[in-house]
Amino acid sequence: MRIVVEHRTRYRYEAPAAYSAQLLRLTPAVFDGQKVIDWKVDSQPATPLREGRDGFGNITHFLTVNRPHEGIEIVASGTVETADTAGVVAGLSEVVPLAVYLRHTPLTEPDAAISALAEALPASERVPWLHALMAAIRERVAYVTGVTGTETTAAQALAAGQGVCQDHAHIFIAAARQAGVPARYVTGYLFLDDPDHAVAHHAWTEAWVAGLGWVGFDAANGVCPTEHHVRLAAALDARYAAPIRGMHRGGAGESLAVEVKVQQTTPQQ
Amino acid sequence: MAFDEMHGRGRSRRCRTPYRAMATWLDGQTSEQLTTRRQQAEALFHRTGITFAVYGTEEAEERLIPFDIIPRVLSAAEWRRLAAGIEQRVRALNAFMYDIYHRQEILRAGRVPADIVIQNAAFLPEMLNVDPPRGIYSHIIGVDLVRTAENEFFVLEDNTRTPSGVSYMLENRETMMHMAPDLFSRNRVAPVEQYPEELRATLESVAPAGLDRDPVIVVLTPGEHNSAYFEHSFLADRMGVELVEAHDLVSTETGVMMKTTQGLRQVDVVYRRIDDSFLDPLAFRPDSVIGVPGLFEHYRAGRVTIVNAPGSGIADDKSIYTYVPEIIEFYTGRPSILKNVLTWRCRRPDDLAYVLEHLPELVVKEVHGSGGYGMLIGPTSSRAQIEAFRAKVVADPARYIAQPTLELSTCPTVTDEGVAPRHVDLRPFVLLGDRMRLAPGGLTRVALKKGSLVVNSSQGGGTKDTWVLED
Repeated sequence: MRIVVEHRTRYRYEAPAAYSAQLLRLTPAVFDGQKVIDWKVDSQPATPLREGRDGFGNITHFLTVNRPHEGIEIVASGTVETADTAGVVAGLSEVVPLAVYLRHTPLTEPDAAISALAEALPASERVPWLHALMAAIRERVAYVTGVTGTETTAAQALAAGQGVCQDHAHIFIAAARQAGVPARYVTGYLFLDDPDHAVAHHAWTEAWVAGLGWVGFDAANGVCPTEHHVRLAAALDARYAAPIRGMHRGGAGESLAVEVKVQQTTPQQ
Repeated sequence: MAFDEMHGRGRSRRCRTPYRAMATWLDGQTSEQLTTRRQQAEALFHRTGITFAVYGTEEAEERLIPFDIIPRVLSAAEWRRLAAGIEQRVRALNAFMYDIYHRQEILRAGRVPADIVIQNAAFLPEMLNVDPPRGIYSHIIGVDLVRTAENEFFVLEDNTRTPSGVSYMLENRETMMHMAPDLFSRNRVAPVEQYPEELRATLESVAPAGLDRDPVIVVLTPGEHNSAYFEHSFLADRMGVELVEAHDLVSTETGVMMKTTQGLRQVDVVYRRIDDSFLDPLAFRPDSVIGVPGLFEHYRAGRVTIVNAPGSGIADDKSIYTYVPEIIEFYTGRPSILKNVLTWRCRRPDDLAYVLEHLPELVVKEVHGSGGYGMLIGPTSSRAQIEAFRAKVVADPARYIAQPTLELSTCPTVTDEGVAPRHVDLRPFVLLGDRMRLAPGGLTRVALKKGSLVVNSSQGGGTKDTWVLED
């Protein structure tokens, strides 16, 4: 499926900021299930973006604005060709030893409830076990926006019983790692046939299955990623994989607007 | 009875060779003279403290760690052996860090349990696949040693993140030369005053490759409220480089820049004296106001060098410490020259059982603690203290390790009761860049309280000038 993405993030300051710095992870990964036809990341005010890679192999862009400015707009846009691989992520260059994906982070530290959730699953082969985990999380945590935030931990979200894709992913990761299964947090976009649907910017997980490699699990939707998923970055948790991390000096009264358009297109000859 | 640096062990009280000239000098001093010299030394320190201080008297007072005027002496042969052991250790620990931030061969080989590294707070996933210049993570290291007999030295701790105390080593020597020039004419003492120059050479040698000018170096301090601020300003001053705080630096597209009256100037090496988690709010703690946004990104890209590297704390973590002999063998193919102290890991049930049975004889430490806090010294603790500590260990065994109480060597020290033996340790300072540079001697810390084994300055410890005699 050929998918066109336009992702705008706009910061506005009531009083001009003197300095801003941002680190972006807004470039799709390339692997067997995903080809990048064209892609670019731009900023306003125009400033050079320095491309790099983070420790997990994700493409990053670093930008600074060292003069008074009333806001920053980041636009990531382009076209990606996706294929349905039943969730299996093959052909990605892996730069991190597998064991690292067992590390608990503050956002994915398992508590007794998460351990109990994992232990209550019927013993089985790893793939069905992961599906059962995904189903259990969907059952326990309803998709409700506005209850949790970016700093909500897996344990807090499970206790609340409500959350968004980030929370589903964090609980999945916490439980999987607790059970000795390497797992990672994935950011991306989701193409929905219904264009009015609010969620286009998305997050899910990948778990390691011997023999298959990394397999995606979108716990918020209860599916393995399909050709509707455009994959950006992967890392230990939402903080490590954050599409945008920024700071600014001065610039009181910050407001933020995010607009994501994800559409299907037909290949042009 | 503890081994005495001056008299050895036993009743003979024969003076050991390295101390002969010192003994003669000491014999010629009345206790009044010694007391006067001690007071003069304190006055000298006070003055230096204020000269260097950008701050007021109150803080200068605070950093006045008691100085003892009787030096601690090591022979050239003793030092050569220690130096070989330290060099081996420092190279192996750096090889270990390169490995665990890349392919993790040592974990794959099962020589160090993976979870001790992977789940360790001091292990920084952000550092994965970073290639620091020359592959060095810890350029500035302080190895804490103790001695228990003529030929028995043990490593207590490897300080691989931001070891402090080197300013005391330098000041102690200056003060001693000022106080007792006659002593230096009777002994050939290896100089230490080249340390700032060597530190600078080390930092320059790890600047990003391909610079077409002399590297620009800065010392990054959290600010004057930090307890080691004096040392930060002292080292910057002695090296002739700028002492900066986060607001003096700014990241641009080009790299990390220093704000100067002539505009922005690119910085090549940051000798940072702030903790990893505060270095850069874009990479680590987002609420850090003492870090520089973008510093880590430029570091990753090789546009600036951070010294010591972020994540270098993994090599001095107490849970890793117990594996250092294996680490040395794994990377050097040779057995460790310096010994570790026998250590029980309370995370292991057998070890825990032993520790709980023998608390009154043991030293129990928190795995992640430092500075002599959160520890129990069994032999000098009351029954109530031991029981209180037992409860803590039982509640969370994995947080503790235990070691036998070592009878640290003693060194003659000026006390209120005259010259008397007091327990000492030794922190040699190592620099690793284009080559290894080891300051002869280091910092000797002394427990001023009679019988005390705690040398930390925060717990009533003092310092001594440390001599390595030349052949």
